[in-house]
Amino acid sequence: MLHLFCPYCQELREENEFHYRGQAHIVRPKDPESLSDKEWGDYLFFRNNSKGIHHEMWYHVSGCRRFFNVTRNTVTYEIYETYKIGETPAVTDKEETE
Amino acid sequence: MSQQNRLAQGGRIDRNRVLNFSFAGQTYKGYEGDTLASALLANGVDVVGRSFKYSRARGITGHGSEEPNGVVQLGTGDSTVPNVRATQQELYSGLVSNPVAGWPSLQFDLMSYLGKAGAMMPPGFYYKTFMYPQKLWMTYEHFIRKAAGLGKAPTAPDPDTYDKFNQHCDVMVVGGGPAGLSAAYAAAKTGARVIIADEQSEMGGHLLTFEQTINGQSSSLWLAEMVAELNAMSNVKVLPKTTVMGYFDHNFLVAIERRTDHLGERAVSGTRQRSHRIRAKQVILAAGAQERPLVFANNDVPGVMLASSVTTYIKRYAVVPGHNLIVSTANDSGYLAAIEWSKAGRNVVGIADSRPHSDGALVAEAKALGIDVWFGHGVMEVKGGRRVYSASVAAISAEGDRIIGDVKTYDCDTVATSGGWSPVVHLSCHTGSRPVWRDDIIGFVPGKALQAQHCVGSIMGDHQLADCVHGGLETGSKAAAQAGFGDGELLMTKPDIERLAEGKAQALFLVPHKKNVSRAPKQFVDLQNDVTAAGIELATREGFESIEHVKRYTAMGFGTDQGKLGNVNGMAIAARSLGKSIEETGTTIFRPSYTPSTFGALAGRDADTLFDPERYTAIHQWHIDNGAVFEDVGQWKRPWYYPQPGESLSEALNRECLATRNSVGILDASTLGKIDIQGKDAREFLNRVYTNAWSKLAIGKCRYGLMLKEDGMIMDDGVTSCLADDHFIVTTTTGGAAAVLEWLELWHQTEWPELEVYMSSVTDHWSTMTISGPNARKVLAKVCHDIDLDKEAFKFMEWRNGSVAGVTARVFRISFTGELSYEINVSANDGLFVWEALIEAGKEFSITPYGTEAMHVLRAEKGFIIVGQDTDGSVTPYDMDMGWCVGKNKAFSFIGKRSFDRPDTQKADRKQFVGLKTKNSDEVLPEGAQAVWDPKQAIPMTMVGHVTSSYYSAVLGRSIALAVIKEGHKHKGETLYFPLADGRVIEAVICDYVFYDPEGERQNV
Repeated sequence: MLHLFCPYCQELREENEFHYRGQAHIVRPKDPESLSDKEWGDYLFFRNNSKGIHHEMWYHVSGCRRFFNVTRNTVTYEIYETYKIGETPAVTDKEETE
Repeated sequence: MSQQNRLAQGGRIDRNRVLNFSFAGQTYKGYEGDTLASALLANGVDVVGRSFKYSRARGITGHGSEEPNGVVQLGTGDSTVPNVRATQQELYSGLVSNPVAGWPSLQFDLMSYLGKAGAMMPPGFYYKTFMYPQKLWMTYEHFIRKAAGLGKAPTAPDPDTYDKFNQHCDVMVVGGGPAGLSAAYAAAKTGARVIIADEQSEMGGHLLTFEQTINGQSSSLWLAEMVAELNAMSNVKVLPKTTVMGYFDHNFLVAIERRTDHLGERAVSGTRQRSHRIRAKQVILAAGAQERPLVFANNDVPGVMLASSVTTYIKRYAVVPGHNLIVSTANDSGYLAAIEWSKAGRNVVGIADSRPHSDGALVAEAKALGIDVWFGHGVMEVKGGRRVYSASVAAISAEGDRIIGDVKTYDCDTVATSGGWSPVVHLSCHTGSRPVWRDDIIGFVPGKALQAQHCVGSIMGDHQLADCVHGGLETGSKAAAQAGFGDGELLMTKPDIERLAEGKAQALFLVPHKKNVSRAPKQFVDLQNDVTAAGIELATREGFESIEHVKRYTAMGFGTDQGKLGNVNGMAIAARSLGKSIEETGTTIFRPSYTPSTFGALAGRDADTLFDPERYTAIHQWHIDNGAVFEDVGQWKRPWYYPQPGESLSEALNRECLATRNSVGILDASTLGKIDIQGKDAREFLNRVYTNAWSKLAIGKCRYGLMLKEDGMIMDDGVTSCLADDHFIVTTTTGGAAAVLEWLELWHQTEWPELEVYMSSVTDHWSTMTISGPNARKVLAKVCHDIDLDKEAFKFMEWRNGSVAGVTARVFRISFTGELSYEINVSANDGLFVWEALIEAGKEFSITPYGTEAMHVLRAEKGFIIVGQDTDGSVTPYDMDMGWCVGKNKAFSFIGKRSFDRPDTQKADRKQFVGLKTKNSDEVLPEGAQAVWDPKQAIPMTMVGHVTSSYYSAVLGRSIALAVIKEGHKHKGETLYFPLADGRVIEAVICDYVFYDPEGERQNV
């Protein structure tokens, strides 16, 4: 069971207080009608399947009901950081992380 | 003779407390402090089970969690537990146990005749034997299960209680041996919160059977002081009888404490077992090591035991499990068994040591006791069926790979073997860390720590007491420092402990035989699954080169013991057969649970009515009092129907439906999700998340809305009402309420935080009751005097504030039945009162409460959809003929809109929502029935859609159904066929989905 630090509550809480909400930083296109089917399809259906660093969204459903982002290693489940919506991650794939 | 193997003195047992127990129907006596295994050995019970494949007699081999043979069915009836290791079960008065293996009986075993008929079950026998014909698999499985001896689950509810504790600590120590105790002590002295758990009945580990001096005193004194001191510290929790069964992500561990299993079959009071869910800042694994047996011919015959187990039975339980002992060892520690055996006054025939030589302290002690030591020898084979009667000792080469001299046979009844010590790497494996082979200690040690984890003591191959205690103190203080306590400096002096002189151990796994492996008598690697050295070699010859494949092909390590004894030997044998080193071959890894865990301990109190929360409306008691039959909708208990005495479901249903159509019915609709939305941008927000247009919805008006996912598919529906320009109330489906709120929050928080809008669930705050039917207005008028109910003053799809039965209410004129309907919402506290007032007021109109089943029928007669029943996440509003809900001209491209233009949503042959009328009007189609155009076509038929809702409609006097059918809208009037599993084929004609009052006049009266 993961131990997640909610950046709004400023506390480590147990995983069963949270819902997983998939990949983070997927921005809804400003003008969907101007997109080709392929572009719209990419936005709708295609997600990373990273081995290693992954930015994902979690929802503190049994807590503050806020969404936030998590940088997690999908192999070790190590959590490098959690950060608020709208913030940029400090740890990204390009960096060397253990 | 009773307890013929019990010594007159010694052991950690209480001879004044005699305990009666039974095994396989026989009664015996043991003492308090015994395990079931030690008591059986004291009574000279040799055979405790029959083996899995070959049905050979098996006896107690080990003394702890590694035991593969002594697995029993404990207890009787409701409280029975399968798969209990006799070596870990403390004896209590009246204990009843039975072997799990050995059908039909231990003495006469049918399977052994089958086994002897030949090599009936080679490795891979599951795959080779039970593949074809597939339909016989169930028969095979039944046979295998019966023969496999997996024990029996109780068939009645467990009468005992179990619970769970959530624990938080700074330092969690797994293992209460000298290393673990020292680590806990050093950590605790810094002030850190410490939990230490050990699976045995008392703390001490190796020190319970072995003595050395610490600071010039006996180590047992040191142990007693250490345990007393830990118990006295308020920041330390000492958990004996507690198995850490799993080590999970982010230093989360689950430990199962057996609180009353040592007292009786049932807990007299309190909790039988408790699972501790521990979140630790730092974890110290001091789980020790388990002895590895040597593999040789017929090494499964009762009387062949681990050397450390022989020592343990003598020292801890004062039981000498035989008379004439031969030890076969590849290291010094095996000598201890012979030393204790000899001191107990029984005969040691000799010690076969595979090494050419050793100067260790134990070797010297054995020699001083006059025990024969045969260097360069090993036990090659034993003879015996139900007990060993002789052992063949052979001179073997220095490499340990072949016989180089004569073979001598000695009479004996016990053979104790030691092939070395395997660190208990299981828990570190649970974290995903692969164990690492170390040639110097001849064993796998935990791999790189992936979490805040430390290992100390025998688990790292450090078997010397000094290393365990000193290492434990250092590790405990280091872990505490990393958890924020102390600076890592030791707060105590390290005790003075003498190092024992030790000869170098030899890496010997399989003792060579005069015959080659496939010709020699069976050399067992995994006793629980009957995996032999020959079987492993066969697997490698058949091309299984990965150790993971060898494991699966042979089933090595698949038993409830997870191969604690056999795996390393098996890997070494596979490695040799493949011509690789053990390091290259690698190891399989272990998964939770470390030993079998009971469901009770895992479930705790979350059983029966506490398994899942039940939600009741404020009117629940009235439903009970009026005979409602309930159905589960999400976590809610909703009245399904209200049968009158003697009434069947269909009779009650028809009565409820007709009463509503002809007079008035009343429904408890409180479970519908209600979300209160406020803020100056609330209207804009609704425009974005719903298909509908909200810009012009005036205060006092209601509108039915559809919510889509971004892929254009229907996600939820409900009525939204405008309470004020910046205030709306949204209703959702009963099951979708929580998900819809999360969905709305998602969009607001992540995409449109600039919108000023606030959402709150108010589902539980309101009681909602719907009165529906031609007399609904008359009923409401009797209890509501401050709302003008005139049909022009209060129109369909409007709402009003007012009071009902004197209680402040919101009344919505909306309809899910197609009849004149009012949904009355009052504060939940007043719900029952207002409901009863409505029932009273409705008496003159025979107001009839109706349940969810009638609600379904009434809405289906009108063709109203239920999201999740008529839709399944793959239909668009257009598929459902609900284009009228879609506000195409809204400025903002609402969620899902762009997907209407996807090729998939545009394709011509999409399934569309239609009605069905069966040719035989009494025949009700089963929901889920698949439609075909031609029932005579060959199987598999081309299916063109399915039935989503189907009922008998009392008001129409015929069956009706709703369905999604490919291009259904243009096939109206055509006949479809529904071939059913029972062979019937039902014919139905496609029609409009509105069966009753297609003009919608009844709701506008």
